[in-house]
Amino acid sequence: MTFVKTKIELSKLQSGDKLEVLLTEGEPLENVPKSATEQGFKVLEVIHIKDNIHKITIEK
Amino acid sequence: MSTSNKKKLSIICFSGDFDKLVAAFTLATGSAAVNYEVNIFFTFWGLNAIKKKKGRSFTGKGALAKTFGFLMGGVNNVPLSRLNFLGASPKLMTFLMRKRNVATLKELIDAAIALNVNLYACEMSMHILGITIDDFIPEIKEVLGVTNFLQHSEGGDRIFI
Repeated sequence: MTFVKTKIELSKLQSGDKLEVLLTEGEPLENVPKSATEQGFKVLEVIHIKDNIHKITIEK
Repeated sequence: MSTSNKKKLSIICFSGDFDKLVAAFTLATGSAAVNYEVNIFFTFWGLNAIKKKKGRSFTGKGALAKTFGFLMGGVNNVPLSRLNFLGASPKLMTFLMRKRNVATLKELIDAAIALNVNLYACEMSMHILGITIDDFIPEIKEVLGVTNFLQHSEGGDRIFI
């Protein structure tokens, strides 16, 4: 579901805009960068924030 | 059964149970998010999930159909398929889902609409209950029978929930 929400937010942006996604370790962290790349988006960075929360920056 | 590599998924949503609707919409939105063409064909109990009136109302044609319509209700009344506890369980489940940051049924339906999942209603069930397309949410694309559903779902996978 994390990638579903990510995809919906990305669809509202213009080309070149960036989206930051906060997500948890495990399935979301594995799937979101992979799915974003497969869909033709650019994953700029993946940072560990704290505990099991990570932040991904995606460029449309 | 799929006979080609086209990424298409068609879900026959027969069930009007809360948990099964969550499963249907999770599959639909997850697939749509990775660019599948997704169709959901709502039939029989599944029609409850797409009614415009989300609570219980006397929808339909004729006294018996209206009574059925009232008892079946809308998406706000869908029961859990087991352990419904007189309607408490869907509310408890929704509370748990929110608490664990999992999408609720309403959020899943909104996401399906946002991701352009094709939503269809079954002509036969509608005919029995005297419901028209105006009784459904405006996002319902078309009313279909089996033949047209088979055409729309050709070349993809079909599953029954």
